[in-house]
Amino acid sequence: MSLMKRVSLIFRSKANTALDRAEDPRETLDYSYQRQLELLSKVRRGVADVATSRKRVELQVNQLEQQAAKLQGQAEKAIGAGREDLAREALTRKSGLAQQITSLKEQQATLQGEEEKLVLAQQRLQAKVEAFRTRKETIKATYTAAEAQTRIGEAMSGIGEEMGDVGLAIQRAEDKTAQMQARGAAIDELIASGALDDASSLNAGDDIARELDALSSNTDVEAELARLKAGSSAPQAIEAADDGGDILEAAPEQQAAQRPTEGGQA
Amino acid sequence: MIVRILGEGQYDLDDGALDALNGLDQQVENAVESGDEDMFRTALQGLLAAVRSSGTHHAADSLDESDLILPPPDATIDEVRELLGDDGLIPG
Repeated sequence: MSLMKRVSLIFRSKANTALDRAEDPRETLDYSYQRQLELLSKVRRGVADVATSRKRVELQVNQLEQQAAKLQGQAEKAIGAGREDLAREALTRKSGLAQQITSLKEQQATLQGEEEKLVLAQQRLQAKVEAFRTRKETIKATYTAAEAQTRIGEAMSGIGEEMGDVGLAIQRAEDKTAQMQARGAAIDELIASGALDDASSLNAGDDIARELDALSSNTDVEAELARLKAGSSAPQAIEAADDGGDILEAAPEQQAAQRPTEGGQA
Repeated sequence: MIVRILGEGQYDLDDGALDALNGLDQQVENAVESGDEDMFRTALQGLLAAVRSSGTHHAADSLDESDLILPPPDATIDEVRELLGDDGLIPG
């Protein structure tokens, strides 16, 4: 593609094709932002899940505490009624619940910690996504401006190409006109100087030959004229000298006298 | 792909047509380098004919940049050299 490419490069020398037209970075940025939003959404869901679990544990702790309080009351009543065995059973159950409550409270604390961490992460991520969104919009705006600039450059390049084409055509037309004018002038000059024969002229040859031709032509005309003048008067003078000048009447007689001889011979 | 023949207009060509044009283009460049006017004329006409036959006219009212630009059909070898020169024939 060397010649075509070289000509093209010359025409495109002023074009700004810095940006790759194949890939639109705005789409990439939007896609990336979308992915970040999805991630943020997942974190939010995680936070919600942890919070739900924590609340469920809290509810269980509350229920167990109520149950423990109830057993405590039952034990007190049993003592009041003199039923130590029942009181012992109630307190034994309460003791079992207390262990569960302690375990659940530990879980609750762990979940609380997880939740706080996740909320913090979510806040950080949200801030990052927000910053990215702002930056993305800035980049997009910059890219759009750059693209517009490039489009202008490309359009200008297109115009330049058109102009180059027209310019070339005009220059070629001018060159040809000038060349033809120069050629015409040179031919005229050459014909005038006699170096070139004028094909359209009847009298071919150089200027001297033409002048001589013209001269002899004039001489011929004069001579012809003189001959015609002389020719029209000379015969009359001869006839007049022979038979008194009546040539028109003498002729039929001469023709009649000749006829029998011609017939006899035939 | 848009190919402009200077003084003639733009043609739309399939990228596949490029391979065929490459060989013809090489011939034109060889002719320019060797200064063989007859070979240049034949090669250039061949290249332009190939562009015209394998392409379709690009819309005249659209202002699109050509991917490739070719010298005019009646360009002489000297004109092409001039075109490739530093000054070129480009306005601006």
